[in-house]
Amino acid sequence: MSGYFKELVDGTNSLVAGLRVTIKYLFKPVVTMQYPHVSVRMTPRFRGHIDLVADDNGESLCIVCGMCQKACPSDCITVAGEKPEGAKKKMLTEYRLDFTKCSLCGLCVESCKPGAITFSKDFNLAGLTKEEFIFDLKQRLEERKR
Amino acid sequence: MNPEVLRLIGYVVAIIAFVALNAAMLVWMERKVAGHIQLRIGPKEVGPFGLLQSFADGIKLMTKQLIVPEGADVPLFKIAPMLVMIPAVMCFVTIPFSETLAARNINVGLLLIFAIASVNILALLLGGWASNNKYAVISAARAVSQNVAYEIPMLITAITVVMFTGTMNLNEIVMQQGGGFWNWNIMPLTKNFGMLLVMPVSFVIFFICSMAETNRAPFDLGEAESELVAGFHTEYSGMGFGLFFLGEYANVFIGCSLATILFLGGWQCPFGLFPGIHWFLLKVYFLIFVVMWVRWTYPRTTIYGLLNLSWKFLIPISLFNLVLTGALIKVFSR
Amino acid sequence: MNHLASDQQKETFVLNMGPQHPATHGVLRVKLVLDGEYIVEADPVLGYIHRMQEKMGENRTWAQFMPNTGRLDYLSALSYNHGYACAVERAAGIEVPERAEFIRVMTVELNRISSHLLWFGAYLLDLGGFTPLLYAFDDREQILDLLESVTGSRLTYCYFRFGGVYNDIDDNFLTGVSAFVARLRSRLPMYHTLVTKNIILMKRLKDIGVVSADMCRRYGATGPVARGSGLNYDVRKNEPYSIYSRFNFDVPVYPEGDSMARYMVRMDEIEQSLRIIEQAIAGLPEGPVMAEKAPKIIKPAKGDYYQAVEAARGSFGVRLVSDGSNTAYRLKLRSPSFSNLSLFAEASQGMLVADAIAFMGSLDLVIPEIDR
Repeated sequence: MSGYFKELVDGTNSLVAGLRVTIKYLFKPVVTMQYPHVSVRMTPRFRGHIDLVADDNGESLCIVCGMCQKACPSDCITVAGEKPEGAKKKMLTEYRLDFTKCSLCGLCVESCKPGAITFSKDFNLAGLTKEEFIFDLKQRLEERKR
Repeated sequence: MNPEVLRLIGYVVAIIAFVALNAAMLVWMERKVAGHIQLRIGPKEVGPFGLLQSFADGIKLMTKQLIVPEGADVPLFKIAPMLVMIPAVMCFVTIPFSETLAARNINVGLLLIFAIASVNILALLLGGWASNNKYAVISAARAVSQNVAYEIPMLITAITVVMFTGTMNLNEIVMQQGGGFWNWNIMPLTKNFGMLLVMPVSFVIFFICSMAETNRAPFDLGEAESELVAGFHTEYSGMGFGLFFLGEYANVFIGCSLATILFLGGWQCPFGLFPGIHWFLLKVYFLIFVVMWVRWTYPRTTIYGLLNLSWKFLIPISLFNLVLTGALIKVFSR
Repeated sequence: MNHLASDQQKETFVLNMGPQHPATHGVLRVKLVLDGEYIVEADPVLGYIHRMQEKMGENRTWAQFMPNTGRLDYLSALSYNHGYACAVERAAGIEVPERAEFIRVMTVELNRISSHLLWFGAYLLDLGGFTPLLYAFDDREQILDLLESVTGSRLTYCYFRFGGVYNDIDDNFLTGVSAFVARLRSRLPMYHTLVTKNIILMKRLKDIGVVSADMCRRYGATGPVARGSGLNYDVRKNEPYSIYSRFNFDVPVYPEGDSMARYMVRMDEIEQSLRIIEQAIAGLPEGPVMAEKAPKIIKPAKGDYYQAVEAARGSFGVRLVSDGSNTAYRLKLRSPSFSNLSLFAEASQGMLVADAIAFMGSLDLVIPEIDR
């Protein structure tokens, strides 16, 4: 019999305590950010898709060694270059990233000796076709140069 | 035309409009209250402060196709949502919004409301049965046993108020509570000291039962049974579901307005100054806020926890309360 | 309603808790044979998200497999990174510098807390209480922001490397973590008041899904499931790896074996992880975060190696069979949720369906790691 009343009293107390918690939070300010109206700043180490790094002249630092292509677990990267007449090192002709397969693991960035690729802060990616996600990073570098 | 008939038609139109607007407003209020308890803003895009969100949702529901499942009992299937709305609207007949604003001041108003509201259970059962879905039938049967179990303490606590006030006419009950909050039935300090022991308990039990009757959380097994088994209104789409939804909010309003009328003084002012419809609406919406506050705080009970609460706790306590009320009325009456 | 009448004669019917379901966290199909409300037989059907991770382990080089470990159990991805990294380091004989070990422990424990907070929120969502989910996610968001500032990812981390970690941490991170520890300590009483002591929740969890210690041993259940049944087994204490032997923390064990015990084990583990993090911040040494002698191309010697770590769900084991080349010959992943799920078939007999949902939530299953 005493268990009955104890359960009743304890139960009621716990229910009232719960209500006190929620009413306290009702009057606190919201913790959400109204995303489309407010722009979100990414941290410096945020991993967006990779982008080519430009040197002082706006050219890429890539020496077309192919280490990133070898390091990638998902075969996303296609690098091609050619050595023009009289130049000391290869020039980059094509750098394609298939972002539909990229898992943002960072093995390519880690393996690049001259530091020619880095993570971008691009997160607002939306597209209608699959081809829009095969990024031509050399073209993006040239667009940034302008 | 007979002015009486015109008056009644006016009341019917006004009540239906009020029920619809009320449902829209309650949906908005629910989402805002839920949002702020959960530290987020509720709807905000459609209209200022998201006020037009419910209308957008209503338009969406109205434009959806009304699907009748194969093998369902078509007349029963279509009647069930109507059977939820009709009693809800009919109960407004005797509710006094203010001293002069009541469609009909029936002498057995309280009894009438309980009688009409019981038809709601029939609608749940019909909705579940007619859906041709075994899980809908199971959950409809559960909802019926839940409603029956919680009708009993609700009626018993209403009887304590009737014993105390001596009348079932809702407007009379409110008029007896005039003068100030010390005259309200929940703590009638001037009329009968003994009632201070029993009336608050009656109020709490009545409030809990009205939450269970209207299938609000934490007693919402009928709807949120979709953990595994589908709820009784699962096969309804578009406005069929919309009517169940509106009926639920109308029932919430009726339950809370009954609680205000019986215990909190209806349209009377707490200090006896300017009684009127504004006090009634204020009190009812405050109680509705408490109902929503409870919903967003607790998890759901199981069906056995629910029935145990009613049969093992609420019914014995309310019966004891009833006997005590009778004794105290005799002892402390003036 | 003819089919209902015929079901009456058979007395049981088959209910499919299908791959799409709000209460099974992931694509899990459970074939339930019900007698009215009671479960007669429960048969989990797996494989809806089988992604051949173990086969990928054979086709990728050792370093290239690291991102896969983050996708196995995405909620505590750093523990899985840790398990794989420790296994390969043990095989190849690479030493990890001290600062990297401390960073590893700190981030793994933060990840454990975030996994338990998500479990807490999702479990209560199944039981019908929507609000604690959002409070838990408020705290979890702070952890995710902290870890994002260090690793760059919010959920599927690929942060550990053989010989250390990818990036170093800075002072902002350390002040952020200290502030977070203080804040979560002050919030835990609120969770207990709002949820744990609530009578509705207690009635739903007490004496539901009782699993005896003997049953845990038979099915190989580990982690909070075993500790909730009285088995005092934590890989960090029983088979210490990394630098866990240097930290002072308790292992919560509750003997009852019901869902409430498993719930309390996880809530207490959050508190213990906070203790470990505090000690790690206090003892963090200076130094490199990557071993200088770590070879670029890893080629472990031929052999059979096994490493177990304590993930948020139990003991995660990695077994490597190396044949000296730059890919594994065989990579076997021992997933804790698989063994925990195997309890369900036996323990759920005679249970009500609603109670079975509460039981499954207390097992804390993540289906992608079951199917790998």
